[in-house]
Amino acid sequence: MAENTARKGGNLPPLELYVPEPRYRPGDLVDYSHLPVPPAGQLSRPDENCPASDTWPMTTDMIRVLDEEDQAVGPWNPGLDPETLRRMLRNMALTRAFDDRMYRGQRQGKTSFYMKCTGEEAISVAHAQALAQDDMVFPTYRQQGVLISRGYPLVEMVNQIYSNRGDALKGRQLPIMYSSRDYGFFTISGNLATQFPQAVGWAMASAIKGDTRIASAFVGEGSSAEGDFHAAMTFAAVYNAPVVLNVVNNQWAISSFSGFAGAERTTFAARAVGYGIAGLRVDGNDALAVYAASQWAVDRARANQGPTLIEHFTYRAEGHSTSDDPSAYRSAQEREEWPLGDPIMRLKKHLIALGEWSEEQQDAMDRELVEHVKAATKEAEKNGVLGHGLHHPFHTMFEDVFEELPWHLEEQAAQAIRERQIKWPEWKEEGDV
Amino acid sequence: MNMIEAINDALDIMMERDPDIVILGEDVGYFGGVFRATAGLQKKFGRNRVFDSPINECGIIGAAVGMAAYGLRPVPEIQFADYIYPSLDQLISEAARMRYRSAGQFTAPITVRSPFGGGIFGGQTHSQSPEALFTHVAGIKTVIPATPYDAKGLLIAAIEDNDPVIVFEPKRIYNGPFDGYYDKPSRTWKGHPGGLVPEGYYRTPLGKARIVREGSALTVLAYGTMIHVAEAVLAEKGVDAEIIDLRTLVPLDIETVEKSVEKTGKCLVIHEATRTSGFGAELVTLVQERCFYHLEAPVERVTGFDTPYPHSLEWAYFPGPVRIGEAVDRLLKD
Repeated sequence: MAENTARKGGNLPPLELYVPEPRYRPGDLVDYSHLPVPPAGQLSRPDENCPASDTWPMTTDMIRVLDEEDQAVGPWNPGLDPETLRRMLRNMALTRAFDDRMYRGQRQGKTSFYMKCTGEEAISVAHAQALAQDDMVFPTYRQQGVLISRGYPLVEMVNQIYSNRGDALKGRQLPIMYSSRDYGFFTISGNLATQFPQAVGWAMASAIKGDTRIASAFVGEGSSAEGDFHAAMTFAAVYNAPVVLNVVNNQWAISSFSGFAGAERTTFAARAVGYGIAGLRVDGNDALAVYAASQWAVDRARANQGPTLIEHFTYRAEGHSTSDDPSAYRSAQEREEWPLGDPIMRLKKHLIALGEWSEEQQDAMDRELVEHVKAATKEAEKNGVLGHGLHHPFHTMFEDVFEELPWHLEEQAAQAIRERQIKWPEWKEEGDV
Repeated sequence: MNMIEAINDALDIMMERDPDIVILGEDVGYFGGVFRATAGLQKKFGRNRVFDSPINECGIIGAAVGMAAYGLRPVPEIQFADYIYPSLDQLISEAARMRYRSAGQFTAPITVRSPFGGGIFGGQTHSQSPEALFTHVAGIKTVIPATPYDAKGLLIAAIEDNDPVIVFEPKRIYNGPFDGYYDKPSRTWKGHPGGLVPEGYYRTPLGKARIVREGSALTVLAYGTMIHVAEAVLAEKGVDAEIIDLRTLVPLDIETVEKSVEKTGKCLVIHEATRTSGFGAELVTLVQERCFYHLEAPVERVTGFDTPYPHSLEWAYFPGPVRIGEAVDRLLKD
């Protein structure tokens, strides 16, 4: 029998557990000089049909297009026309205006919960711009920019957030867990990363049927630690599925910094190559870089060359949700010191540098968007806000569990309606006698 | 046909009828499955419709859910029910809730096939009966056939159903009915009425129980392998029992159960799965709630013990003739 080398008295050093710790905690001065921010335009752009291993340099470096002078430079410059740039800018600004309004709505008690995507608007908006309108997106709860880019009515979004009578999901879902089949926006689940293998399955189905549509899925860097991430990557690689797999690395998973998802050892994009999947790492606050990387991956998938993993490197500028206070775990300075700046400001300055936009136009647009969101909110409030009547009828709580109501759900529905008549005798619903 | 042949036939017929049906799972493709349930299907329908998968149950079910969202009707296989646990999040949080949370925009018409149950010296991880984990989940239907005839008819109905269905196949009775007498030579389905499987398409409706044997002395509620064990024990004891094969656990055929217990006044629930919080607890409660004034004795449960499934002591664990016999004696003693 082998001798136990770890026995007491041996001359080996004691083993130590390493527990990652973020650099800055509340009150700390933030210094991001350790964080490499490569100059824009320097990375080469391989052919979309290249072997996955050729993308290795793109997974450890960072694709950036907008330079310090607000110009679009290098081989990844997608050369978008000013109209498309202005549309993306508008959708990003609309997403932010919507977030601000809904955050206030939650604070005013009109709904129970909200999650902003401040600082991450370029990722969902520019990515959506690169997809076809009928490609299916499997989002997390922080890709509202995809819905907005695709022209989904704001009133429908607010109805869902207020869980009112106009809510297409009948008040069943927590606010922001949108679903719209018509807009290619897959039903959001509270369970993290489950949509990643589902997107791969959807893409496999599209391939089985000889379709031309592709799927695109999102996870945060935190939930890339889930087993579903590994399942999705393995399946995507094995079946060469036409899917774009996006990791939004915003540095924080609630209070846990990205080190708890393994970020201290490697990039998230680098994981792709180990699966035989193309990988790209992109400046997530650079709308042009996000668009360019997304377009590359979309073209690759659409040409039957298989999946791509894109890591969007960004910063979660606000709290995780309305239930979160980030000042309890990170330095308030982080946001202002973030070296990749603000995505809306950067695209705005680029358009101004092109002579295609001005501060005055931006101000006018921002004012218009505030009014636009306000009008949608007022319209939705006619359908009620959370907890103030105008909900869907009680029987709807039991519908759609199955296609048809089995006897036990019919019995329970009758019970709920009996209870309603006792608890809220003044409540009237269609069909009441 | 034996049960494997009946399942294979059902898959073959349905794949022929509906080009949206695809089969995926570990070893289901070229090889035809470790129990041969998918034998020949890849050759007939091609690799785009019947294919092997990585060994990743989360991925198998997750991909199937995505395929169903696209519009296909996947029939994934989990090689043993004991290995369904890595896919629980996809089944419970996703497949079961898809229709509800999207208000019908997306559905998950998937049929998960998985061999289950003991009696084969499968030890801890090839013998489990995890049906109660799924009957507890709103939005999933749970189906368990006890004969080749029902295996084919129920599988066809499950595949056509627009809700997610889990079909647990009692692998102990794949090749022949098992009456619980482990020391007797095994039988085949030849000569058993349940082994007479018509050719072609037919369906056995979900949510409908089958009265295996009419009787008046007591009602036996069971499913899967335990149907055959119960039949043998009660016949040997000469008890005029009414034996009901539930076939679908959710949604349950409550009418057939109520009618029978109201007639007999006594009820015995039998399953292989462990006792505490097993599906038997639900059955006993329903009978107590709905047939209380007809009951002449406490409702009895015969189940597996509350232990992991043992290897060497399998026949001490298995709810066989002795355990069932004692329960019947208690029920009939007055």
